[in-house]
Amino acid sequence: MIRLEKRPTPSRFWGAATPVVAVILTMIAGGIMFALLGKDPVAAIRIIFWDPLFSEQFASYSRPQLLIKAGPLILIAIGLSLGFRAGIWNIGAEGQYIIGAICGAGFGLAFYPSENPLIFPGMVIAGLLGGWAWAMIPAILKTRFRTNEILVSLLLVYVAEAILASAATNWLRNPDAMGFPGSRNLSRHPGTDNPELIAGTGMHWGVLAAFIAVIAAYVLMNRHVLGYHIRLAGQAPRAARFAGVEPNRLVLLCLGISGALAGAAGLFEVSGPAGQISIDFNSGYGFTAIIVAFLGRLNPIGILFAGLLMALTYIGGELAQLMLGIPAPAIQAFQGMLLFFLLALDVLSNYRIKWAREAAA
Amino acid sequence: MTALLEIRGLTKAYPGVVANDDVSFSIAPGEVHALLGENGAGKSTLVKMIYGLVRPDSGSMTLGGSAYTPAEPRAARASGVAMVFQHFSLFEALSVAENIALGMEDPPRPRDLARRIQDVSRAYGLPLDPARMVGDLSAGERQRVEIIRCLLQDPKLLIMDEPTSVLTPQEVEILFHTLRKLSSEGTAILYISHKLEEIRTLCDAATILRLGKVVGSCTPREVSAADMAEMMVGKSLATPARDASEPGEVLLHVAGLSLEPATPFGTPLRHIGMEVRAGEVLGIGGVAGNGQDELLAALSGERPVAPGMIELKGTPIGATGPEARRRAGLLCAPEERLGHAAAPDMSLIENAVLTGRVRRGLDRSGFVGWGRARAFAEEIIERFDVRTPGPAVAARALSGGNLQKYVIGREILQAPDVLVVNQPTWGVDASAAASIRQALLDLAQNGAAVVVISQDLDELLEISDRFCALNEGRLSASRPARGLTMEEIGLMLGGAHDMHDIAPEPEAAQ
Repeated sequence: MIRLEKRPTPSRFWGAATPVVAVILTMIAGGIMFALLGKDPVAAIRIIFWDPLFSEQFASYSRPQLLIKAGPLILIAIGLSLGFRAGIWNIGAEGQYIIGAICGAGFGLAFYPSENPLIFPGMVIAGLLGGWAWAMIPAILKTRFRTNEILVSLLLVYVAEAILASAATNWLRNPDAMGFPGSRNLSRHPGTDNPELIAGTGMHWGVLAAFIAVIAAYVLMNRHVLGYHIRLAGQAPRAARFAGVEPNRLVLLCLGISGALAGAAGLFEVSGPAGQISIDFNSGYGFTAIIVAFLGRLNPIGILFAGLLMALTYIGGELAQLMLGIPAPAIQAFQGMLLFFLLALDVLSNYRIKWAREAAA
Repeated sequence: MTALLEIRGLTKAYPGVVANDDVSFSIAPGEVHALLGENGAGKSTLVKMIYGLVRPDSGSMTLGGSAYTPAEPRAARASGVAMVFQHFSLFEALSVAENIALGMEDPPRPRDLARRIQDVSRAYGLPLDPARMVGDLSAGERQRVEIIRCLLQDPKLLIMDEPTSVLTPQEVEILFHTLRKLSSEGTAILYISHKLEEIRTLCDAATILRLGKVVGSCTPREVSAADMAEMMVGKSLATPARDASEPGEVLLHVAGLSLEPATPFGTPLRHIGMEVRAGEVLGIGGVAGNGQDELLAALSGERPVAPGMIELKGTPIGATGPEARRRAGLLCAPEERLGHAAAPDMSLIENAVLTGRVRRGLDRSGFVGWGRARAFAEEIIERFDVRTPGPAVAARALSGGNLQKYVIGREILQAPDVLVVNQPTWGVDASAAASIRQALLDLAQNGAAVVVISQDLDELLEISDRFCALNEGRLSASRPARGLTMEEIGLMLGGAHDMHDIAPEPEAAQ
């Protein structure tokens, strides 16, 4: 019989080892799934994890994609992780991402066709504020009326999508596009563009912001009283109040930071890789970032690696669809396995498994 | 008389500790048998084996002459063994009858059950209305629900784990009356406690455990409490002491403090007033659930109140938060160690920052100095003899008593002007409890005002200068602690909760 026994102190070894073991188990279980689908499992795993970076054929295209996809995931996940650590669940980063993009793009387009170098910084600030304001809706409703931030923030995603559709087809539409939906292209206009900073790497201002966010979050969580209070509130809410943490202040702060970072990620995306506001501009980064945050164990350094890994499975997954004809739902199931194994193995850092035999009666 | 329950050589080992080592004793029908020992002596493991919750590694038990090996509590109940646990397992939102029905194998129809509950409660002098919500009951009444639940099974052996820790002296009398009646009808009672005077009044025999072994047995009526304490601890205990001193100026002044409870089953505070002077220990007695948690939350700043309701050294501080009060010199140590006074999964270093940040300067412009925090944690560990492998260990890995020493030490080493502690020695073994009490007295000696909220009346009488009682959210006027009798204290505590008219006359029922 298997028994779980609580460890007196959380295991450091398993805390670090679970992501690695989870990836290996995902490869095994995913390989079985691909084999059942009649595809070569070894080739599929190689195409997903290896080819995007090292294949001569694809790497020149897919290597920059790694940072382009990982950047927003990391930036959003870092913001979310602060709240998750405190037990504040912002599930609506996707909506904050959309609103941040619309606000930032709107700011840039308002000055069109000016090429003033101050426009881009202004767009970043507008993006931050847009995401922040959208996250303040669930925050204020929670602190004032005790509503559930999970539901409110999630439902606001669909409101944001409706606003996005109206912006793309109506009030932000490119007047020169002869009726086609979508805004002017920001990335092809000097002054509003978020360029690739080093050619061939995919590095843009958003990726840089994500790296800075990782460092800042690391310092905040490990060195600063605010980070200590965030951890305390998540682990022992009563002890946090006893220590003097104001729960409402923490809700406003955590939702605000995660919303602002999601908004900034949206702005960097719309002015860079995506280029314009379009109906289907959002591509699920806000939701995937939740997975990234947990995959990285809510730890800034962990999130950095988790974001890169997640981006890799996306690029590799697309490649596998293309090369082996693996259906898209199978790729999503594969990504789901990763989260499943990670959360299931998480138990090991706090519990130890005992193979106890029932004593004879 | 042949033994009802006979235990021979019971042994149970857990990794790293032998909880019971070759324990033998026997209980006769109708005997009230005390099981005596400090925390960690192995009392709980022993009764869990008798009740079928834990299986012994070796040894045997016989019940009524035949071999007795309960595989689970249900089997124990079927054999006639019932147990009242220290911590009640009742649903607050259900009625008394519903709670009792939940614990039965096949409950009778609700109407019949209600009648049976009333019959039993009348027969044993334990008044209880089957239709009342458990959430509205006092701790004493909740215990009655548990006892009646057991009595409905008509047990031959009733195990009671620390039953009086939640009762007023008058309620204790009523409980003892019930137990004596049960015993006169032939029900044996295994009574677990570390309150020696109680055991001397109630029990026919006592078995004393220390570190898992039987270290002695005695007839409690014939030996003194001090003798039993020595057998229990293995050494004689120093009584906390200090030099008499004149109280100084008023440090903490509370007036008209009222507070609605945070939860539906909490207790509202009503017009609480008190005054504590420098160098003085004020003891606040009362049965748990009469507003102790709310009072501590109001004093610590977790629940802000109107500014003038609480004054520290003449400054109104009622509306400020915990950090500001610490800065001003008012420190608190709540009852619940894990989750309230300390974060279970954080290390002792991190837990040192929890309350020590402001007064010990553990941060510089918002950045925590972990080196200084570690030094503070090490200082607490050394000064208060906290047994731990080191300061980096998670708080939940410490035993209750050690963590309590850490929590109290953390506040005392911050040199507070006023210290409020709730249940400072709850669940702490006798020698650690003595050192905590001594530390509180030393603090008062050095000019601080100390408020001790406790259910342990012996403790309060030992260390307080003045005593007052908290009953249903109201605080009585304080009286000098010296010379107070248990009778007077019981009356201050509000006597037995709604028992005055129904309680049987002790003599008449015999």
